[in-house]
Amino acid sequence: MIMVDVEPVEKEIQLLDANERRLDGRALDELRPIKIEAGVLRRADGSAHVEWGGNRVLAAVYGPREAHPRHLQDPARALVQCRYNMAPFSVSDRKRPGPDRRSVEISKVTSEAFSAVVFTEQFPRTSVDVFIEVLQADAGTRCAGITAAAVALADAGIPMRDLVTACASGKIAGKVALDLNKEEDNFGDADCPMAIVPRTGEIVLLQMDGHLTEDEFDQAMKLSIDATKRIYEMQKEALRRRYSTVAFDEPRAPAEVSA
Amino acid sequence: MVIPGDVIETHGLKPGEGTYVEGGKVFASLLGIRSEHGGYVDVIPLTGRYIPRADDDVVGQVVDLGPSHWLVDINSPYPAPLHATESPWRVEFGETSHFMDVGDSLLARVISVDETKRVQITMRDQGLRRLTGGQIVEISYSKVPRVIGKSGSMISMIKSYTKTQAFVGQNGRIWVDGDPKDVIHAVRAVHMIDENAQAAGLTDAVEDYLAGAYGRKEG
Repeated sequence: MIMVDVEPVEKEIQLLDANERRLDGRALDELRPIKIEAGVLRRADGSAHVEWGGNRVLAAVYGPREAHPRHLQDPARALVQCRYNMAPFSVSDRKRPGPDRRSVEISKVTSEAFSAVVFTEQFPRTSVDVFIEVLQADAGTRCAGITAAAVALADAGIPMRDLVTACASGKIAGKVALDLNKEEDNFGDADCPMAIVPRTGEIVLLQMDGHLTEDEFDQAMKLSIDATKRIYEMQKEALRRRYSTVAFDEPRAPAEVSA
Repeated sequence: MVIPGDVIETHGLKPGEGTYVEGGKVFASLLGIRSEHGGYVDVIPLTGRYIPRADDDVVGQVVDLGPSHWLVDINSPYPAPLHATESPWRVEFGETSHFMDVGDSLLARVISVDETKRVQITMRDQGLRRLTGGQIVEISYSKVPRVIGKSGSMISMIKSYTKTQAFVGQNGRIWVDGDPKDVIHAVRAVHMIDENAQAAGLTDAVEDYLAGAYGRKEG
């Protein structure tokens, strides 16, 4: 992707052309290209990498494991703990590393979204730790992160009701549009990320930045829900690819034998 | 193969492990393989952590000592206390360290796991003991059945080719002892199974490897 510094761009920017095509050539109800790969990390119990337009997100899941510190343990169920983090190099200006107001909020809402689908009561006193690392950001990273983390959770063998799929919709140049990119997010009128449980249609995350009328909101929801169905299939496909019959390899040297 | 949230056709069978029921339908809760066994439809997990169950054989490692118990790591989210009365020795109060110390490995069996996942293990049975030699290999616990093979065929093949002693713990730890050269081959065979657990013709491939290593077919 070509990185363009947005600073010199005029505040007035034409987000839609006469044919309702967007800056990157997409139609209003079109997703950016998405690529999902499961099982990319060796040390984690489960992992996934998602490329979503200009976004690059890595998710790793550990657990269920003993919850630390001990006082956080719940004798009746497992905790689902999330950490959303953006790499300093993920945006065009350097992002100051460490948790900030925004990433703490995203961590909180994602862990709540996953708590709704994981069978936490099967693993009392433990915690399931989800790490979402944004390597490159281009708007919609929390949705990409949730989509990746759901695949990583399944890859880790965590029992859940269903995967979670996320997608955002918003408003650009007065029109409701699906899956905003960076320019559309910065210069558009509203952005509304949501995460659903595709099988039941339950909504486990819903946020909004900007203003939408009730009609526009309904339209945005519809766009997102349709899109999550397509993304859901990609998530399942990634998991199937990971666990389908593999070609026979030579045995590796016994370098990791513990004495 | 099923993914969490997939509908499972039961064909009149009862929903078993790795499944859940909602609105009269059965769904998978785990990523795994659908299987039918004893009137139940189960999902056999392809990944995941070891969760102890009663009667499992495990390879553990002592991580802490108490005056009348050892705390044993059994490669699961839950540490397992081994009480002095469940050891094969007569242990006086406060003398647990005379028998096993932190870092020692042992073979044990899970006696019970209650609903809050409190685990109890024992060493009071044949073959269960403190380990004094050999190597421990750790693999993914979901691949343990492949290492054992149908009624133990895979592990006994490895043992007879390499002339090693081996103990396969349900928790994904495998203890192998014997001549160092033989142990290397046994460990390689186990890694081969771990990495190619879903591959067809695994038994033949492992046998080919062992036969190649020892320059003969078993006779």
